[in-house]
Amino acid sequence: MADIAIAPRRAKTEVREATSWDQLKHNRNWLGFWFMVPAMAFLILFLAYPLGLGIWLSFTDTKIGRVGQFIGIENYEWLWDDAIFWLSVFNTLLYTFVASAIKFGIGLYLALLLNENMPFKAMLRAAVLIPFIVPTVLSALAFWWIFDSQFSIISWSLKHLGIINQNINFLGDTTWARICVIFANIWRGVPFVAITLLAGLQTVSPSLYEAATLDGASRWQMFRHITYPLLTPIIAVVMTFSVLFTFTDFQLIWAMTRGGPVNATHLMATLSYQRAIIAGQLGEGAAIASAMIPFLLAAIMVSWFGLQRRKWQQGENND
Amino acid sequence: MTDLPTTHVNLKGVLTASAPTADHSEGMSYLQSVPRRLVTLYLPLSIIVFVLLFPFYWMALTAVKPDAQLLDMETYSPFWTWNPTFKHFYKLLFESHYPMWLWNTMYVAVCATFLSIVASVLAAYAIVRLRYKGANLVGGLIFLAYLVPPSILFIPLATVVFQYGLFDSPLALILTYPTILIPFSTWLLMGYFKTIPFELEECALIDGASRWQILIKIVLPLAVPGLISAFIFCFTLCWNEFIYALTFLQSTANKTVPVAIVNEFVDGDVYRWGSLMAGALAGSLPLVILYAFFVEHYVSAMTGAVKE
Repeated sequence: MADIAIAPRRAKTEVREATSWDQLKHNRNWLGFWFMVPAMAFLILFLAYPLGLGIWLSFTDTKIGRVGQFIGIENYEWLWDDAIFWLSVFNTLLYTFVASAIKFGIGLYLALLLNENMPFKAMLRAAVLIPFIVPTVLSALAFWWIFDSQFSIISWSLKHLGIINQNINFLGDTTWARICVIFANIWRGVPFVAITLLAGLQTVSPSLYEAATLDGASRWQMFRHITYPLLTPIIAVVMTFSVLFTFTDFQLIWAMTRGGPVNATHLMATLSYQRAIIAGQLGEGAAIASAMIPFLLAAIMVSWFGLQRRKWQQGENND
Repeated sequence: MTDLPTTHVNLKGVLTASAPTADHSEGMSYLQSVPRRLVTLYLPLSIIVFVLLFPFYWMALTAVKPDAQLLDMETYSPFWTWNPTFKHFYKLLFESHYPMWLWNTMYVAVCATFLSIVASVLAAYAIVRLRYKGANLVGGLIFLAYLVPPSILFIPLATVVFQYGLFDSPLALILTYPTILIPFSTWLLMGYFKTIPFELEECALIDGASRWQILIKIVLPLAVPGLISAFIFCFTLCWNEFIYALTFLQSTANKTVPVAIVNEFVDGDVYRWGSLMAGALAGSLPLVILYAFFVEHYVSAMTGAVKE
């Protein structure tokens, strides 16, 4: 009896001692909070805050070394009448659409090829990924040299094959410059698309193809009705990333053309760098950068809803 | 319908005959004849691989060609050189700031990667295993953070960096790179932590281990492949990063390799190509070597983050 009488009281005192400190140490939510602190500190200080600050800056006339005043949507009005800004929007959309479409086409084709059985398979796959590993700027410099106006190896080869008589001015001509930067972007993006799609392909069960062969399906039918539907979720994710990173590309353009010739390759990102950092108009540059956000949101939405619809068609548990 | 079983048996017989290793993923390649494979597989594949690798060959060749041969494409074949020179590399290593730039890049990449991995391990563990209130929401927000590109952040970040007095210091990059790396590596590690059996942690909890001990002594040792993947991928991203380094650094001595090569090596000189390509090659080699040793980890990092 005595024991029973003492036990609850002791337990009570223990509980009271535990409350203040142990709550912070053992409570699931508090523990979670402590574990999240470092990551959240970085993301809030250097990502969320600048994101908001950028939008705010776009409504001010801030210059480098001078705090700006709120000027409403004057920056945007200014950009609305700015032909170079619209040219950069056009360039960005062209660059994104053409490069992403071709990257997807070649990437999927390359993934299908690499999925076949052949000698040196592992080595080939490793080699294919190299353009993705090497820093973009450094490979862009190699392209700069390959597309040189005088000493281009492509011009040289074509001349010796008798196809052209004089050097092609790759980066000096507006159309050629656009083709060249889009080519370099495709070159850099194809490995990423191919290797991720290849990972998706390898999860497709071979017995499906065997069954289709027995039913007399052609190779195209197998691709259309087995491979493509099963790959759709991963295609949606990969292409979202690809479109996002192509749309906001900066380094490739900056290393190869810096937006030239006559602004023909200026993307929104390079234009905002030029206006904000080189010309010092931080407010205007921030407005150009903020103008990218609606496009990015649209791209995310499209792929997100594409993904959702596909999931709904296949049934949830198929993912 | 009736003759289906015989076809099946036939197929099996052919299968085992042509592919005695009986690997199911290659079960149907026998259906293609060799000439057909040559046209539909090897030819397009070799064209694509050639295009993908040619710029590196060209980079390496330019880096070891003597200047005279670089610009005279008529007397010498441009595709090969019989007297390679290391003059460009010598110039790079002993007559420029290149070693310092390499060191800067390495220093920034290692510090930023280390910070990000520590923060990501804690965050991923909390989201997956502590499952505090709102963990799923936070996970989703972190994924969204991955989609925010540096090109819309560099202008406001430049003002922030300036206010904190970090302008033109490596610390500016070390503190801003984690915003690119943390979302990615958190998602990657969340995937790895999910595969570790819950029972292990329950046992440890019953034995009186704290959450911290569980993380250090049980979860992390089991997640080593994931950690390596995250580390390598983050390191590559840091090395590759350009726009922040271009914006936040000013003095020649502080620059990272990509920025320095673009800004310092590009002058009006026609003979710049040799040293430019040597610089590009030397700047890519560390990553390529790292990649060669950890291909599998690299691929799993790339595909793992996409699959989630």
